[in-house]
Amino acid sequence: MTWLGSNVGLVAELSLHHVQLSLLPIVVGFVAAVPLGVLAWRFKLTRGLTLTIVGLLYTIPSLALFVLLPPLLGISFLSEANVVIALSIYAVALMTRSAADAFGSVDPVVRRSAAAMGYSSLGRFWAVELPLAGPVLLAGLRVVAVSTVSLVTVGVLVGSRSLGYLFMNGLQRSIPVEILSGIVMTVVIALAFDGILVLLGRLLMPWTRAETTSRRVARRLRLTVGGGS
Amino acid sequence: MTLFAEAIAWIFSPERLLGGNPVSQRIGEHLRYTLIALAVSALIAVPVGYLIGHSGKGREVAVSLAGAARALPSLGLLTILTLVFGIGQAPVAATVVFVVLGVPSVLAGAYAGIEAVDRNVVDAARAMGMTEWQILVRVEAPLGLPLLIGGLRSAALQILATAVLAAYVGLGGLGIYIQRGIALRTYDEMLGGAILIVALALVVDAVFALLERLAVPAGVSGRTKRPSPFRRRALTPATAIEGAG
Amino acid sequence: MIEFRSVTKRFPDGTSAVSNLDLVIPAHQTTVLVGSSGCGKTTILRMINRMVDATSGTIEIDGDDVATLEPVRLRRRIGYVMQNTGLLPHRRVLENIVTVPRLNGMPKAEATELGLRLMDTVGLDRGLARRYPSQLSGGQQQRVGVARGLAVDPNILLMDEPFGAVDPIVRAELQTELMRLQVTLGKTVVFVTHDIDEAFLLGDQVVILQQHAVVAQRGTPGEILAHPASGFVSDFIGAERGKRALRIVETNGSRVVVDADGRPAGVLVDGKNGS
Repeated sequence: MTWLGSNVGLVAELSLHHVQLSLLPIVVGFVAAVPLGVLAWRFKLTRGLTLTIVGLLYTIPSLALFVLLPPLLGISFLSEANVVIALSIYAVALMTRSAADAFGSVDPVVRRSAAAMGYSSLGRFWAVELPLAGPVLLAGLRVVAVSTVSLVTVGVLVGSRSLGYLFMNGLQRSIPVEILSGIVMTVVIALAFDGILVLLGRLLMPWTRAETTSRRVARRLRLTVGGGS
Repeated sequence: MTLFAEAIAWIFSPERLLGGNPVSQRIGEHLRYTLIALAVSALIAVPVGYLIGHSGKGREVAVSLAGAARALPSLGLLTILTLVFGIGQAPVAATVVFVVLGVPSVLAGAYAGIEAVDRNVVDAARAMGMTEWQILVRVEAPLGLPLLIGGLRSAALQILATAVLAAYVGLGGLGIYIQRGIALRTYDEMLGGAILIVALALVVDAVFALLERLAVPAGVSGRTKRPSPFRRRALTPATAIEGAG
Repeated sequence: MIEFRSVTKRFPDGTSAVSNLDLVIPAHQTTVLVGSSGCGKTTILRMINRMVDATSGTIEIDGDDVATLEPVRLRRRIGYVMQNTGLLPHRRVLENIVTVPRLNGMPKAEATELGLRLMDTVGLDRGLARRYPSQLSGGQQQRVGVARGLAVDPNILLMDEPFGAVDPIVRAELQTELMRLQVTLGKTVVFVTHDIDEAFLLGDQVVILQQHAVVAQRGTPGEILAHPASGFVSDFIGAERGKRALRIVETNGSRVVVDADGRPAGVLVDGKNGS
């Protein structure tokens, strides 16, 4: 405990940096995965290819990716960009699968009736498909956020400053409390991201709160009453 | 690209193939840790997952457990358990961590597999007079096998990735090349190690993908011409059984 | 004979499916329970083989209270056929048919022989024995379901809207087949449907049910048609008559299904697609 007392500043500084490192991959993951997810869902031809590529990318262990990326991209192997890019790749890979599932989960009857009401295909995407895919997209994004926050710690092995520093430093100096502080803060940050996303989901998709038991029925109803988003 | 050429040359250098620190030995270590941890995870998670899937109870607990496990930083768990168990006990500490990280994926695969079985089929089996055990063993388990193997696949990759980090607590395996390469700034070694790790991960993934396909019972495979009324419900989100990389 | 004595079923969520039911189902006859969806008819059926346990009251089969019988053993001596067939998708047709005899320990060769004979009984080509259920049409799947229900030569056969999911032509075929079977087998059949035409066609005894499985009328089809016991019954059989009495009319080469008044009710599509 004495360690924690004299190192609150360090933990706070590392936590802040940890958050900064986590943010970009999560945002990139979401923004890039929505079009990729559409690609994987809409067209049979691109479906297999997209899902195979993201599947293979996701298979690569993180430390190996940290080592492989710098010579491929011509960046320094100790640069922070390395970690951020690697984690963005994971986020995109994971999120694309979720996005494809999310669009696949939209009831085709609802899609057809929206088209029949006169939506253009782009208009239908924004007004019907994207909002209705929302709950599954959100579930995927929550997984992405939590695993990104957890993976940032591995970056310490290639010199990036995050809560992972406490793990390696604590191991070398045999201070369990130091490692524990790192674990606890990582989990706290992950839960905070998760909580924020849940809150955002409720704000952006108010209907999901009422929609616990009969999701499909509620969706159909909303559509016939008009105005889904 | 010369870096990659050097890394390949490093992998195929006589010393890597035959010398004191051969690749084959490291791959063997890595696979051994992965398989032992996977087996232990399965021993724990399959019965529990089947129980959850069959009874429909405890699903929320399993889901939140999986979420919590995803938030736990694997490197943090490895280092703290190494300190707790003592440096000499690194293999035990590492195996515990691997199992902690492997169990949620196997659990999710096991219960999702059972849940995905058409309820009408289970209902009919019960109405015919199958005991609960017969329903589980003869109906639910074979029909849920592909999803269970999917869960094992996620767990295996998760464990394999974490085993790379375990080199830092003195466990050996393929991660040792990266650890040494980074420490000594020998790029051919760390890159060569990374390439080997990726290759191993892809092979393991491919093996499980094949098993997954083989496990689909003949009557429900895509080989039948007629659309099946019993087609497996898509598991959404698929990420439910994914771990972290 | 199956006898319900003041049977009530309330589900844990408080809804009451069956309240205070008294009903006698005579042996070696077909009794059809008919009513609109949610009236509790399926619950009545499922209480006979203890797929659902009654909250109060007793159900007796030939004088034995089912509550005292072990559910698994009870179910193995009662045939059960359901709407979505519930065939095991990973077992071949023959294996599906003889599932219960095999569970009871019948040797494989004997079971195969039995399965093939049952396929003859229900009018299935023996050549289909090694197919998987997904390779059969809806009507063929339903025949497999019936064969499976007959596999242990049960005295009682429970049928829960077995022909509800097949197209009208196949349904008519299956209904005829069932009547033919019943003449030779003489099982105690309890048949649930929401289709009054089907009920009148198949039932020696028809039981018309209102909400909460209240018996609105019980009798032979002739008795019910001649003397509906209440406004509910005459509504039920009358309102349904015009719509249910479908026949086929050829128009411009396509086959249109029309009701009793000649109004088109739909177009007959390729029968093989029904499931």
